Amino acid sequence: MKPSVRPEVSKGNQAVSGEWPLWEVFVRSKAGLDHKHCGSLHAPDAKAAIQLARDVYTRRQEGTSIWVVKSDQITASDPGDKDMYFDPMADKVYRHPTFYELPESVNHM
Amino acid sequence: MYTQAMDTAPKEERSSLEDAALQQRFDARIDAGDFIEAKDWMPEHYRKTLVRQISQHAHSEIVGMLPEGNWITRAPTLKRKAILLAKVQDEGGHGLYLYAAAETLGTSRDQMIGALHSGKAKYSSIFNYPTLAWADVGVIGWLVDGAAIMNQVPLCRCSYAPYARAMVRVCREESFHQRQGFDALYVMMTQGTPAQRAMVQGAVNRWWWPSLMMFGPPDAESPNSAQSMRWGIKRNSNDELRQKFVDACVDQAKVLGVTLPDPELKWNEQRGHHDFGAIDWAEFWRVVGGDGPCNRERLAARVGAWEEGAWVREAAMAHERKRALKEKAA
Amino acid sequence: MTQSIVIKPNADAQYVLRLADTCLIWSHRLSEWCGHAPVLEEDIALANQALDLLGQARALLTRAGQIDGQGFDEDQLAYLRDEGDFVNVTLAELPNGMNGQRDFAFTVLRNFVLSSWALLIWQHLASSRNTELAAIAGKAAKEARYHREHAADWVIRLGDGSDESARRMAAALERLWPTTHELFDSDEVDHAAASSGLGPAWSVLREAWLADVEAVFVEATLALPPKSAYRSEAKRGVHTEHMGRLLAEMQTLQRSYPGGMW
Repeated sequence: MKPSVRPEVSKGNQAVSGEWPLWEVFVRSKAGLDHKHCGSLHAPDAKAAIQLARDVYTRRQEGTSIWVVKSDQITASDPGDKDMYFDPMADKVYRHPTFYELPESVNHM
Repeated sequence: MYTQAMDTAPKEERSSLEDAALQQRFDARIDAGDFIEAKDWMPEHYRKTLVRQISQHAHSEIVGMLPEGNWITRAPTLKRKAILLAKVQDEGGHGLYLYAAAETLGTSRDQMIGALHSGKAKYSSIFNYPTLAWADVGVIGWLVDGAAIMNQVPLCRCSYAPYARAMVRVCREESFHQRQGFDALYVMMTQGTPAQRAMVQGAVNRWWWPSLMMFGPPDAESPNSAQSMRWGIKRNSNDELRQKFVDACVDQAKVLGVTLPDPELKWNEQRGHHDFGAIDWAEFWRVVGGDGPCNRERLAARVGAWEEGAWVREAAMAHERKRALKEKAA
Repeated sequence: MTQSIVIKPNADAQYVLRLADTCLIWSHRLSEWCGHAPVLEEDIALANQALDLLGQARALLTRAGQIDGQGFDEDQLAYLRDEGDFVNVTLAELPNGMNGQRDFAFTVLRNFVLSSWALLIWQHLASSRNTELAAIAGKAAKEARYHREHAADWVIRLGDGSDESARRMAAALERLWPTTHELFDSDEVDHAAASSGLGPAWSVLREAWLADVEAVFVEATLALPPKSAYRSEAKRGVHTEHMGRLLAEMQTLQRSYPGGMW
């Protein structure tokens, strides 16, 4: 039995090497006027993200349009009062670990 | 039910005094029934509990694909094959929505999968039982999905909004899961052959008690439930849900014409509920602890799929890096 | 044991059954990935394709049963015919991988090669003199277009991905290529269909298919294997060793529960 494959550490934006980036999915249904956020998924590239969004998020309803955006490209507004808030301003929408670039020496966390 | 062992885990350290004001504010929001979003301040214990619960819920969906998936290639009609394939696919989708919800709390899909594969993270113990006959597929739809639905509907109002939203999506899709299982059994029991009826009864005999165990240990042995309930992560107690489940199933079993394998099962006029026999908690803890009939196979299947697929995931990223470089150079 | 059924030797029914059985068996192979794919998103995508193909198979089997005229339905045709009466193309029945493993490279290559072929057939069949068949083809063409695109993207990603993926794709292509000739061999069934207007002889699809496949292979940096003199014949009822095992698994419940209702 092969030993478990552990995700490798690497430089740059992918804190966990080989992990497909996270994309947010927005779908406008046939009856709708606006794209609505449905959730997220992992995909290697934009084209795959669109196809997989269609396969994962529009299986039952007829979507007419899909937008995908890499999650780390979304900027979110400040959620609440300043005194509740320690994190940097204009932060990412998620707490996802790969959004935060760390110095290489501690990049394994 | 996705944290069957968590209720008995030791309590974690309270946060520092500095957080006291934030904690008060947070508690007030919870008590007012507000939703907590991904970037809102939250106690570390709340965040950790949610990551555990949501990820273990996701793992349960993914591992749950395996016992029923076992019968896709042997489905007895093309209609049943299509239904089963769609159902198992839905379970994969539910796992995906839940992993996505958990990722908003600071973990990644790969980290969660790593925890599952190393044995650190758990999944619902029910999926460690084998599907030995086609009728098992119907019984899983009836009993196991039935139990899951009882647990899932209240979660649509859970305090953590990304989890609640994922659960709304899940519940919308779940409606056909239990119905298709019950329908498959109903056809076999009312129109099928004696051999088919025996197959159904055999499946019920094997899955009844493990289904009751899905709801977790008795309330008296689940001290940490209280905190989860305060936070709106857990809405009903284990015993409450289990009782509700038993009561519903007794009537459904009558419609099917099957016998539930519990000689002590009977209506209690005073309580207004059905009394039922003692659950073998030793078996439950054994299975939760890794020593059930299929634990090793289930994990091996998931680890195998992951390891055998590593080259695919890596190649996709390698291709994308090449493409991005070409684009830059152009 | 439930008895097998036998269909009458009718060229029209045979023509439709070749398509029905190809979709049925191809769908079956894809469904084997459920719960085991390299990534969750792709697990869902493959199941979608399997469901689309199963839907096509059911419609086509029903049509074939009507043409045959003995009152057989989709389930009797799928579960009670013997191996020699199945007329899918060989490529559909090959297992996903060798030695009991699942091979994603082989699966995406097969998906691309067969979807490209299927799309061409459906496009031709949209003008079949048989209106039901034309309607089935109209819907199937939309599905095949998506299957083809998704698979082509994977062929390119893996053909031109890492050294390892390139190696695996080349090996898979070696295994697959000799069975592609069968997709364009025409025999008396094709000639009858072509002259009656039921559908095109498969030979007319070759040029367009090859152009499509070659273009994608260039982008995927995949070399075409050398021509092979081998001619596979599953569509004439002469199968590989794999078909017997596949059918044994697929048909087991109907065979062992005579009179069963499901």
